[in-house]
Amino acid sequence: MHPVRKQRLYLVLFVALFSSAAIGLVTYALRGNINLFYPPTEVVSGEAPIGQSIRVGGMVEEGSLLRADDSLAISFTLTDYQASVPVVYSGILPDLFGEGQGAVASGVLSDEGVLQATEILAKHDENYMPPEVAYALENSGYDKKGKTK
Amino acid sequence: MMPEIGHFALIIAFCLTLMLATVPAWGAWRGNAVAMSLAPTLAVGILVFVGISFGCLASAFLQDDFSVALVAAHSNSLLPPIYKFAAVWGNHEGSLMLWALILALWTAAVALFSPQLPLLVLSRVLSVMGAIGVGFLSFSLVTSNPFARLLPGIPDDGGDLNPLLQDPGLIIHPPLLYMGYVGFSVAFAFAIAALLGGRLDASWARWSRPWTNIAWGFLSLGIMLGSWWAYYELGWGGWWFWDPVENASFMPWLAGTALIHSLAATDKRGLFKSWTVLLAIFAFSLSLLGTFLVRSGVLTSVHAFATDPARGMFILVFLALVVGGSLTLYAVRAPAVSSRVTFAWVSRESLLLCNNVVFLVATLTVLFGTLFPLIVDGLGMGKVSVGPPYFNAVFVPLMVLLVPFMGIGPVSRWKGDDVARWRKELMLPAVVAIVCGFTFPLLHAPYNIWVALAVLLSSWLVLGLAQDVWRRLRNASSPARGLRRLTPGYCGMLIAHLGFAACVTGVVATSQYSVERDLRMSPGDTQELAGYEFRFVEVTQVRGPNFIADEARLEVSRDNVIVASMLPQKRRYLATGSMMTEAAIDPGLFRDLYVAMGEPIGSDGAWAMRLHYKPLVRWMWLGAIFMAVGAFTSVLDKRYRTQRAPVAAGNEAALHGA
Repeated sequence: MHPVRKQRLYLVLFVALFSSAAIGLVTYALRGNINLFYPPTEVVSGEAPIGQSIRVGGMVEEGSLLRADDSLAISFTLTDYQASVPVVYSGILPDLFGEGQGAVASGVLSDEGVLQATEILAKHDENYMPPEVAYALENSGYDKKGKTK
Repeated sequence: MMPEIGHFALIIAFCLTLMLATVPAWGAWRGNAVAMSLAPTLAVGILVFVGISFGCLASAFLQDDFSVALVAAHSNSLLPPIYKFAAVWGNHEGSLMLWALILALWTAAVALFSPQLPLLVLSRVLSVMGAIGVGFLSFSLVTSNPFARLLPGIPDDGGDLNPLLQDPGLIIHPPLLYMGYVGFSVAFAFAIAALLGGRLDASWARWSRPWTNIAWGFLSLGIMLGSWWAYYELGWGGWWFWDPVENASFMPWLAGTALIHSLAATDKRGLFKSWTVLLAIFAFSLSLLGTFLVRSGVLTSVHAFATDPARGMFILVFLALVVGGSLTLYAVRAPAVSSRVTFAWVSRESLLLCNNVVFLVATLTVLFGTLFPLIVDGLGMGKVSVGPPYFNAVFVPLMVLLVPFMGIGPVSRWKGDDVARWRKELMLPAVVAIVCGFTFPLLHAPYNIWVALAVLLSSWLVLGLAQDVWRRLRNASSPARGLRRLTPGYCGMLIAHLGFAACVTGVVATSQYSVERDLRMSPGDTQELAGYEFRFVEVTQVRGPNFIADEARLEVSRDNVIVASMLPQKRRYLATGSMMTEAAIDPGLFRDLYVAMGEPIGSDGAWAMRLHYKPLVRWMWLGAIFMAVGAFTSVLDKRYRTQRAPVAAGNEAALHGA
C-alpha cells in the first residue's frame, strides 16, 4: 500500500477507536447523571420515582417556610397550585429564595412523599423565572400569583 | 440627542460593513486593486463609527438618561459611575454593542498591523470579517436596538443593575471574554480567505497564528475571570459549575486549544492543512453558538424562542449561514488545498495529533452535554438536566490521557524521532515525577490518591520542560547565550504548559482537600475548620452607596495566633430591595479561607454561616494567567515578522494566479 494511504488508514483507525471509547464513556456517564424534572402535580400523583435523584420546581407556598431555631434545618412546600410537595433541606438558602417565589429543589423523594433536598436553586434576578417553574405553572394552568389563567 | 447620534453612527457603520463585505471581495475576485485597497480604510471607518455609537450609549448611561429604555431598565442614579459604565454591557442589547465594538477593533487591527500580508489575502480576510460585522450590526439594529427611547413617560429613576453584576469582575470579564470569542473570527476569516483563494501554504498558518494565539490568551483570561467572579460573588465558594453558560465559553476554548496546536504543525511542517482550516471554522462557530445561546436565552429555556421569535429566528438563520456556508465552501475547496507531507509515527506531529484528538473529543462531549437537555426538551421527552458528574466523568479521564503525551511533546522532534532517545531524555523526569507524586501529597493529611495522580502528572509536565530547557542550555556555549537563544515562541509554550500544570494541580487539590461547612453561629461562638479557629465576634450595620448591609466580623486564628479578620456582608440593595451575599475571603497562595453569611436564625442574633477552607484554589487561576501570558509571549517571535521578502514575491505570484 502507498505509505501516505497507509498512514491515513492508521489515522482513521486511531480516531475511530478513540471516538468509540469516548462515546462509551459518554453513555456511561450519562446513565447515572441526568436528573429528570417533575412538576408537583406529577410527584403527588406518583409519577416520580422514589429513592432516585430528581428535581422538583414550583412556587414556594406562602406561610410554609419553617426554620429550626437551633440548626440549619428548613422545610417548605413547593406548589403549582394544583398539588404541593413538602421539601426538607439543611443548609443555607440562595439569596433570592423566598415565599411566593419560584424555586427548584433537587434531591431524593422519600417513601412518605417528602423531598429530601440536597440543593436549592432560586432565580438569580428579579425578573427571571426558573424555566422549569414556568413550565410547571404552565401545565397546572395557574400564574405565579396562584390565579387561574 | 446623543442617543440619536449613536443610532445614526451605528447605521453608518452598518453600511460600511456592507461595503467591506462586498467591494474588496469583488475586487479580489476580479483582480481590481483599487477595490481591494479600499478594505483597510473601510475597516478603520467601521471602528470609528462603532466607537462613536458605543460612546453615545456609554454617555447615556453615565448621565442617567432614563429616556433611553435600556438605561431605564438597567441603571440607577445611585449606582457608582464605574458600574454605570459597566452596565452598558450588563444586558442583551449593550453586550451586542460590545461585541460589535470588539469585532471592529479586531478588524481594524488586522487592517493596520498586517503590512506583510499580500493585498489579495488582506482584502479577502477583511471582507469575511466585514460579513460577520453585517450579521452582528443588523442583529443589533433590527432586533435589539440599544437606543430605543421611552417616550413619553420618562421614569424618574432606573430599575438598577442586577446586584450580582455590581462588581469589578463585570467591568473586565465580558470585554476580555469577547476579545477571545471575537478574536477567533480572525482565524476564521483567514481560513475562509485561504479556501476562497485556494492557496493554503505555510505562510498562511504563519499569518493567522499570532492572531489566534492572542485570541486564545484573551479567552483564557476571560474564562478565568468568570470563574473567579463566580467564586467570590455568588457566595457559595464554587468556581466551576459546568453550567451551560460556562460551557458556552469553554467549548471555543477547547476547540481553540486544538487549533493553536494544529496551527503549529501547519506552520512548521505544512501538515494537517485542511484539518486546521476545519478547526478554525469550528472554533469560531462555537464562539457564535456560545454568544447566541447565552444572549438569546435559548439555554435557560427553549421557549425563549417563543418570547421573541424575531431574535431567535435571526440567531438561527445567522448561525446556519455561517456554519453551513463555511462548511460548504470547505467541502468544495478543501480537496484542492490538502497536503502531501508525511511524518513518522514517533514524532512531534503525532503528539500534536493526540492533542487535537483529545481536545476535539473533549469539545464534542461538552457540546453534547450542553445541548442534550435542549434536544430532549425539543423532542418533548421531558425536562432533564445534565449535571457536573457527567462532565467530570468524561472530562477527567480525557485530561489524564492527554498529560502523558503532553510531557513528551516539548522534548520530541519534528518529522521523525526515536523512542530510545525519548527514553534516554525522559527517564530521569519520569522517575522524579513518580517520587514527587508519592511524596508531595504526604504534606497534607489524609493521603489522597487523586492528588497524588495530579502531582504525578503535573510534575511529569514540569520536569519534562525542565529537562528540555536544560538540554538546550547544555548544548549552547554558555548558559547566558543558551537563554538568549530560546525564542519567544518557545518561551510562550514553556509558560503556557507550566500554567496548565499549575491548573491541573490546583483544580484537583482544591476539589479533593476543600472543607466546607454550613453552621449556625451566635456572636461569641467559635468553630474549628481544618486547623483554623473561626470566632464570630459581632454583627454591625453598615451603609454603602446604594445598599445597606449586615456585616459580621469573624476572627480567624491558628495555634492561638490571629491570622485574619474577616468581614462578610449580607446586603440589601435599595433600588430593588434584593438581597446579596458578599463573601469575605482571606486569600493565600496555598489556601483560601472563605466566609459567607446565610440568614439570621432564631432570636438570639445567630446567623447561618458558611465556612470554607480551600487549598491551592488560586493555582488554577494563576495557571490560566500563565497560559494567557504564554500565548501573548509567543506572538513576539521574530518568525511572524521577518517574512517580508518571500511574501512580497508570493504576493506577485498570488496576484497573477488569481
